Amino acid sequence: MMNIIVVGLSHKTAPVEIRERVAFAPTDMGRPLHEMRALPAVAEGIIVSTCNRVELYAGTHAPEACVGQLKAFLAAYHGIPAEQLEEHLYDYQGEEAIRHVFRVSSSLDSMVIGEPQILGQIKTAYGYAAEHKTVGSVLNRFLHKAFSVAKRVRTETDIASNAVSVSFAAVELARKIFGSLDGKKVMLIGAGEMCELAARHFLNNGAASVMVTNRTLERAVKLAEEFQGQAVPFEEFPQRLHQVDIVLTSTGAPNFILGQEKMEEVIRQRKNKPMFLIDIAVPRDIDPKVNKIDNIYLYDVDDLQGVVQANLKERQKEAKKAEVIIDQEIGQFSRWLENRDVVPTIVALRKKFEEIRQGELRKTFSNLKDLGPKERQAIEALTAAIVNKMLHPPTSVLKQNQETASGSDYVDAVRTLFDLEIAQEEDDSELS
Amino acid sequence: MSVNILLFKITLLFYSVATVLYLVDVVRRKEKAGKTGKAARWILVGGFALHCATLLARYLEAGYTPVANLHESLSFFAWTLVGIFLLFDIRYRMTVLGAFSCPLAVILMLIGSTAPTAMKELNPALDSWWFPVHVTLAFLGNAVFTVAFVAGVMYLLQERMLKSKKFSALYYRLPSLDVLDSINYKCLSFGFPLMTMGIISGAVWANSAWGGYWRWDPKETWALITWFLYAALLHGRLTVGWRGRRAAIFAIIGFLCLLFTFLGVNLLLSDLHSFKAMEGP
Repeated sequence: MMNIIVVGLSHKTAPVEIRERVAFAPTDMGRPLHEMRALPAVAEGIIVSTCNRVELYAGTHAPEACVGQLKAFLAAYHGIPAEQLEEHLYDYQGEEAIRHVFRVSSSLDSMVIGEPQILGQIKTAYGYAAEHKTVGSVLNRFLHKAFSVAKRVRTETDIASNAVSVSFAAVELARKIFGSLDGKKVMLIGAGEMCELAARHFLNNGAASVMVTNRTLERAVKLAEEFQGQAVPFEEFPQRLHQVDIVLTSTGAPNFILGQEKMEEVIRQRKNKPMFLIDIAVPRDIDPKVNKIDNIYLYDVDDLQGVVQANLKERQKEAKKAEVIIDQEIGQFSRWLENRDVVPTIVALRKKFEEIRQGELRKTFSNLKDLGPKERQAIEALTAAIVNKMLHPPTSVLKQNQETASGSDYVDAVRTLFDLEIAQEEDDSELS
Repeated sequence: MSVNILLFKITLLFYSVATVLYLVDVVRRKEKAGKTGKAARWILVGGFALHCATLLARYLEAGYTPVANLHESLSFFAWTLVGIFLLFDIRYRMTVLGAFSCPLAVILMLIGSTAPTAMKELNPALDSWWFPVHVTLAFLGNAVFTVAFVAGVMYLLQERMLKSKKFSALYYRLPSLDVLDSINYKCLSFGFPLMTMGIISGAVWANSAWGGYWRWDPKETWALITWFLYAALLHGRLTVGWRGRRAAIFAIIGFLCLLFTFLGVNLLLSDLHSFKAMEGP
């Protein structure tokens, strides 16, 4: 029977120094794919390589040998001593392998649970393998199943909803205050990576313009150019505050640069139009009392971290629901895999022929009512002998090729030719 | 049981089912309405159609616009409320607004179902075309301000969570402060003219029925107080930039005044507007 094997390492088992050494270059996937496929125990193969994981998926008839060969291949291909790599590698077979790939593609195994990139990366990996024809019918179906499981997890659970980075959390909060961010103006006070990232997110989500101010004007000018915004001298920014809706601050100032009185004046100037202040500086730039002013919402870095933590916790809760979905899907896929085995195929084939034989016998006997028991017996025996003789060659070919790489092709052919695919078609309708 | 009472009960059943579905849908931690929310909307639309039939049946049976006793008034109020909510729903598609509004309609209907339903002869002096005009305008105004009240409560909840930085599941379902504030403004700009016209048509009707525009009976006094409250809010919004929390609180206080004008005065203080006065000799 065809078995699915996973061998690999990830951010959970290997440090980046190891991961970067075993990564495969996306520009040259043909060579490793063909080398992997050429391993004696490997019938089908896919290589997934991202910055957080390198994994080999294989279809095989000899699981034990396959695991060893894949590990040796990974070490040899990258010129790393096998013993050194061994401690970072994990390997899965059968249901465990299926579960692992379903979990990975549903982003349950990711560093940030629910991040959406991994599915695309696996799809790309599958694309390379399909291009180089190293996947067969089993991995083909397996990967499509993994994609549909990932889709189910994404639509049926909230695993990917709500921001898990500080800058995205700021954007989500702004949406709950302003509704749409279209046309909103942003002011950036001071420079800092997180601040700039947040400003960029605001712009990508509809904000109209960015005003930049900094103690050194050149820095402000340079940053303003980057955002195609406007640079404002540091002394002047308080007079411009009422023109903006969102303020991001991260200066190195030891004291508050914005206090309650100033902000009360600003909100009056704005006729109470709401403002969202994000203070990423440590020590803080804005007096926390400002949050008490009506229509001003002040978040410091801890508040945003709190939002992120809550969202992460929510994702973990959702991940539990996802595991249930995966459990169901594993059952379905393993049943399909088992049915593709030679023995059930032969059983199904015999059953099919026997049903045809019985059906035709019933028709004939009901037409020929005056047949005696002897004649009936003779006809029975005759039809049974025909069926047996006809089924003998395909059955023995299937059995002979059971352990070879082309075995599954014969199974596929028989199942298609004799229309034994009912169970599979039911599956497909669910997939689409 | 007469047809209109039967229809009334089926309507109440529909509204109750819609309310339960709205509430079930809204407690899920999701941004968008699910299947339950959509089902709730359709059941509510069905309930509204039945409610139209209820009022029509009662109108035909009674021979006057059915707003002459407590049962009828509450039913009429609920009808305008659901109608106005459905109008808002077309624009905003907001299940969560339904989850807050529908329970109010159900409460109105429930109280209405306990009130005596018997029809009495209408006082011939009051039988005029001004009667349906006055009550329809007044109740439409009430319904719009009820939506403003609901939006106000939602605003205060959402603002509380954003300020305190503690978020419950409702945070994800409640719309943005901006949307809630714009509902407040929209309600005000539709509700205020409706209320004004309601008061004026009432005065004209009073003049034709009793020969005097204004008598300072408690209902009129309270209506005027409420009117001034909303006028102040509208003025504040347009000139000084009142918005957000303050506007929400105003909408809530205004609604409480409205409720007192509508129910409190009728039930606690007796006057020309009491239902007794509606009956013929």
